[in-house]
Amino acid sequence: MDFLFTSILDGLMLGFVYGLAAMGLTLIWGVMNVINLSHGPIISLGMFGVYLLFTFLGLNPYLALIFVAIFGLLLGIVIYFVAVNRVIDAPHLSTLLATFAVAMIITGLGTAVFTASPRNVDYSLGSVTLGSATIPVTRIVAAVLSILITAGLYLYLQRTRSGRYIRAVANNRSAAELMGVPSVRILALSFGIGTMLAALAGGLISTLFPFTILAGGTYELKSFVIGVLGGLGNPIGALFGGLILGVLEGIIPTFMPATWVPVLEFVLFVLILLVRPQGLFGAKKS
Amino acid sequence: MNSPQNSPVVGAAPKVSWREALSQNAGAYVGLILPLLIIALLTIWPTVTGKDITRESIFTIMLSIALASSLNILLGYTGYVSFGHVVFFGLGGYVGFYLMAVQGWSLWLAMPMGGLASGLLAFLLGKAILRLRGGYFALATIGVNEAMRAFINNFEPFGGPVGMTLNFQVYRDYGGAAQALRMTFYILAALTFAVILVSYLVRTSKFGLGLLAIREDEDAAEVMGVVAPSAKTWAYVLSAIFPGILGVLFFFKNGSIEPVPAFRLNFSIEMIVMVMLGGQGTVLGPILGSIGYQSLRGYLLTSPLFKNIQLAVAGALLLVIVLFVPAGVVGWLRKRFPVLRRVLQ
Repeated sequence: MDFLFTSILDGLMLGFVYGLAAMGLTLIWGVMNVINLSHGPIISLGMFGVYLLFTFLGLNPYLALIFVAIFGLLLGIVIYFVAVNRVIDAPHLSTLLATFAVAMIITGLGTAVFTASPRNVDYSLGSVTLGSATIPVTRIVAAVLSILITAGLYLYLQRTRSGRYIRAVANNRSAAELMGVPSVRILALSFGIGTMLAALAGGLISTLFPFTILAGGTYELKSFVIGVLGGLGNPIGALFGGLILGVLEGIIPTFMPATWVPVLEFVLFVLILLVRPQGLFGAKKS
Repeated sequence: MNSPQNSPVVGAAPKVSWREALSQNAGAYVGLILPLLIIALLTIWPTVTGKDITRESIFTIMLSIALASSLNILLGYTGYVSFGHVVFFGLGGYVGFYLMAVQGWSLWLAMPMGGLASGLLAFLLGKAILRLRGGYFALATIGVNEAMRAFINNFEPFGGPVGMTLNFQVYRDYGGAAQALRMTFYILAALTFAVILVSYLVRTSKFGLGLLAIREDEDAAEVMGVVAPSAKTWAYVLSAIFPGILGVLFFFKNGSIEPVPAFRLNFSIEMIVMVMLGGQGTVLGPILGSIGYQSLRGYLLTSPLFKNIQLAVAGALLLVIVLFVPAGVVGWLRKRFPVLRRVLQ
């Protein structure tokens, strides 16, 4: 029982970070119906951003996150104008391939510069004991920061002018344009926020696990699963999707070999796509 | 398409229409001859030069042609983006490999079984996931591929994460390893011929017209009497059978099979790139796209300047194609030079 408690707690902590990663993907999907296949490499860049700032400049990893976030936002805006803007109204294949091309470029350059050898951010805050469970403090901080960032995103989307613009464009782009919303700028901004969230999630993950330049791919696939669980286009649903996935990853290994986790995850993913493509939490219908 | 069917309709103006019908027919044949000629040349080339290294590089090109042309039936004609198409290559390969390595079957029996396994998977999946449209379908195919890889990774009869290897003795039945290698090349050439033929027949058939209609507007196609669910399923099955057979052949030649190389998602995307590069929805497009892509890749991998960043260069090229020439080489030529439309099918 204690064992199960530890696994669930552990899974929940991770789930918040997973949710944050998926939020970037699902926000971009929700606003412009684009599946961002460069999501994984951007998560990797977030990891390396924190790694480089921490290792070579000795910056505190959580302080480094601020720079990573700014970098993620700007990178996303650049990617939007270079690769996405031209094909935003073309069939899905075009945006899928355009973002995949960006993924190839980032991965190719990243592998050339950093090689594929594993790195880690050697940073520890000790651990706390909660009943029978011992949890590294970095996990707790990562979970808390994920919650704070999500809350920030929620407030931004609800309360600010540009947040309302983003929701308007997601709802109906042509109507928003008629109301005077500068849609191209808002789309670029949304893409930037999406990649910023991905880079932030990568930065947080780098404080928890060792990683390589290719590690983002795993989290990208997880983000797909989470995005579909929570409803693609529903950023807050992504957080709950992340929690579900995190808890599943915690619980499943207690009664069957851990290697079965991805099998169950992807079967669940395909089933939800088939039965309830709008997600468990019922986002807007496509 | 056929003049006997057309003649009563065009009877009012016999001279012009008859000539038009004839040239259309001739054009249609040219559309098939050109692709087959390319394959024939590729087959003969290593036989003439007699170099094993040429044969190996042409093996890679021809495998890409066959896979890309299979995918084109679904992607190009029907307009459904299968991002995880490699699942059929991997599954077929695994089933065939299991039969050869564990059950001691011959390659000749294992290949159709691999094709059958993939076709069956496509049939069962097709009923379910082809209901999804656009991005949701693409995501589902990724999910299916990842689920299959994770499953095979845990499936002990197929060797789990370690995979399986062929006993070297096996090649003796085919006249030794060198002879077996040569044989796989000619089997591949025959299979590629078959894929091109199927691709052409589908494109010029009524079934194919139904698929093109689905690609343009699925709802309108259904109103016009295309039974979309069954047409899509059969297109999916057709596009899955050959990758299954090819998987068996490839891993037979390879001598071993493992989950990661068998279900590599990037390989699927390479197939899509090759179809796009040449021109989706045409018979010739995937052939030109495969030759172009593989030659370029070979060049980048060996050139001292681009060796380390070959992935990035390939990505940049892909981006340029997607943004500026979305119809591919063949599509661009057809648009630019209308005269060529009859020749370039």
